[in-house]
Amino acid sequence: MTAIQDTDVTLVPDQTGPHELLRFATAGSVDDGKSTLVGRLLHDTKSVLADTLAAVERASRAKGLEAADLALLTDGLRAEREQGITIDVAYRYFSTASRSFVLADTPGHVEYTRNMVTGASTAELALVLVDARNGVVEQTRRHAAAAALLVVRHIALAVNKMDLVGFDRAVFESIRDEFVSAVRSLGVEDVVAIPLSALQGDNVVARSERTPWYDGPTLLEHLEAVPVGGDPALEPLRFPVQYVLRPQTDEHHDYRGYAGRVAHGVVRVGDRVVVQPSGRTTTVAAIDGLDGPLDEAFAPQSVTLRLADDVDIARGDLVAAADDSATASQDLVGDVCVVSERPVAPGDRVLVRHGTRTVRARVQSVTARLDLETLEHLPYSDPLRLNDIGTITVRLAEPVAADDYGRLRRTGAFLLVDDQEGSTLAAGMAVVGR
Amino acid sequence: MTESLTAVRPARRLSQLDALESEAVHIFREVAGEFERPVLLFSGGKDSVVMLHLAAKAFAPAAIPLPVLHVDTGHNFPEVIDYRDEAVERYGVRLLVASVQDYIDSGRLKERPDGTRNPLQTVPLLDAIEGNRFDAVFGGGRRDEEKARAKERVFSLRDEFGQWDPRRQRPELWDLYNGRHRPGEHVRVFPLSNWTEVDVWEYVAREGIELPSIYYAHERDVFLRDGMWLTPGDWGGPKDDEPVERRVVRYRTVGDMSCTGAVVSTASTVSEVIAEVAVSTLTERGATRADDRLTEAAMEDRKREGYF
Repeated sequence: MTAIQDTDVTLVPDQTGPHELLRFATAGSVDDGKSTLVGRLLHDTKSVLADTLAAVERASRAKGLEAADLALLTDGLRAEREQGITIDVAYRYFSTASRSFVLADTPGHVEYTRNMVTGASTAELALVLVDARNGVVEQTRRHAAAAALLVVRHIALAVNKMDLVGFDRAVFESIRDEFVSAVRSLGVEDVVAIPLSALQGDNVVARSERTPWYDGPTLLEHLEAVPVGGDPALEPLRFPVQYVLRPQTDEHHDYRGYAGRVAHGVVRVGDRVVVQPSGRTTTVAAIDGLDGPLDEAFAPQSVTLRLADDVDIARGDLVAAADDSATASQDLVGDVCVVSERPVAPGDRVLVRHGTRTVRARVQSVTARLDLETLEHLPYSDPLRLNDIGTITVRLAEPVAADDYGRLRRTGAFLLVDDQEGSTLAAGMAVVGR
Repeated sequence: MTESLTAVRPARRLSQLDALESEAVHIFREVAGEFERPVLLFSGGKDSVVMLHLAAKAFAPAAIPLPVLHVDTGHNFPEVIDYRDEAVERYGVRLLVASVQDYIDSGRLKERPDGTRNPLQTVPLLDAIEGNRFDAVFGGGRRDEEKARAKERVFSLRDEFGQWDPRRQRPELWDLYNGRHRPGEHVRVFPLSNWTEVDVWEYVAREGIELPSIYYAHERDVFLRDGMWLTPGDWGGPKDDEPVERRVVRYRTVGDMSCTGAVVSTASTVSEVIAEVAVSTLTERGATRADDRLTEAAMEDRKREGYF
């Protein structure tokens, strides 16, 4: 049973005041204690309030448990229990003195690839769990591979249930070494392994006295230290136009602003930009931030751009750095992860959603399927089914200006959408110039 | 070029409030770009006020391109109705009201034995959505509020009966919100999904947003029912065995008077409220909403039927 044992935690977070926001995703196989770990993080950061804890205690007693089962904190909806289904991602929130965290908690079984991809798509860090008794198993490698494919820059391995292996250093180090080399081979630079016991609280929030041989961070210390975001200045400008603002009032008679969120890079007044896919160039005349005019804006700020020339721009256009723009094309190649029951097959008519643009499209071919264990693309031409990841080529009714997902995540990502029902069929990652 | 060599490059980092604000504005603009007839649910509660403020910032200097809808239980705090009317005026939006009282008067809805009207809001809400052909409905729900909300999407598809089917919810990937729907269906949109109660209050403080006065400590006649301080009123309280007392209280949420409890508090300014919320040991809804206590799955049940 995963009933939690209380620990003496003195950390009292001060949630108030400005701090950074880190989004991370958890993944684990069944029974490696993910719910307990998430429960432990929430509990030990004092994010679980008394009435919620009381409800968990009541439910635990009803199940015949002596202590509160913190796994129940992340328990699903009645509809899920009754129907035996799991909704892909549940979001949890907690804060410490220096950071706010958004945790995308993904269930580890059945539809795990879809869930991992969904959780990882917005995450800056993926937290992968293993049971110290079992070590790295197939699902561990798959979780790490999915995170690598989604270009999650930081991966942390929680080697859980260390209490059940007597906090044996050799066990931890062997798991760590195997995992780190597997993840490095996937191209992820930052990988950290932490020996812990979610059940007993070792090295989750409080440092454990039972791992004197471990001098790395606790899980929470690591979550607080990992850098948030990259440096926008190192990326070229990408600004998908969401909405054209034309007040047409006396005061703002000639105002014409392009509202959107900077997806990548920095934009400054005076910058030369190109409007894609049309290819017209112009200059940034003004940047209106949410609190007034700005000299520059950076990802992921929501702003409004005004441009020097009277160019025809609408929702769906991309404003990009003139000297380093995206690749506009009617042919799109990408890796897709199928997230719906409807397969993706050659000849299918679909919609492609990229940035703020939606275009009609036809799937031309399936060319490969990904072996998630090795991240190797194997030749394949059959329809891709739920949870498959594969490479497809798509012919678009109109050009789309996309980037290579490995270089620019937000303008490399796309969706395949069912043209009748509107449901999301697949998560796509464009392959450009590779 | 005479760029100063000593110019300090600004740290290009967003605080959590700026990140949340930017995300919410992005969501508002996505809806304006993708939908024909959006509407914003507005109760005068702090989350709906923050939404209206964000909408104004998202579309400035243009007007907010959508009306607001108040589903009125008839059991209102007068301060909140006054506030609602002022806010609508100040932000220059059109107010629509769907009245639970009208439904009761015409026999289309029956008063519940316990007098609470929150669950009765669903039918007038769905009728207003259908009657006005709204295709996107902004709600102030936050995922930190309640566990049925923890799995809610930012764009949440509702069928032609307004129902939420957990099996039909779409995976939400990156910030590519998929709002496609068939005729008769609509999408509930939650721009504050990733905000916590403390975030909302810190944003209220930073932006200088005015809220209904009942959010701050004030003296009021109250009586105790089921461990909650309720305000006497036409809605049917107190009963004979429920003595009325004068207490200094404030409200953490604003809803139907019959089931929204006050908390004993002396927090009379925004910063005092933030300090109080940050150390509170009770969730916002647990402390103040009798209707969520009815059953463990109360919120989930109402959501499936088309509640906010």
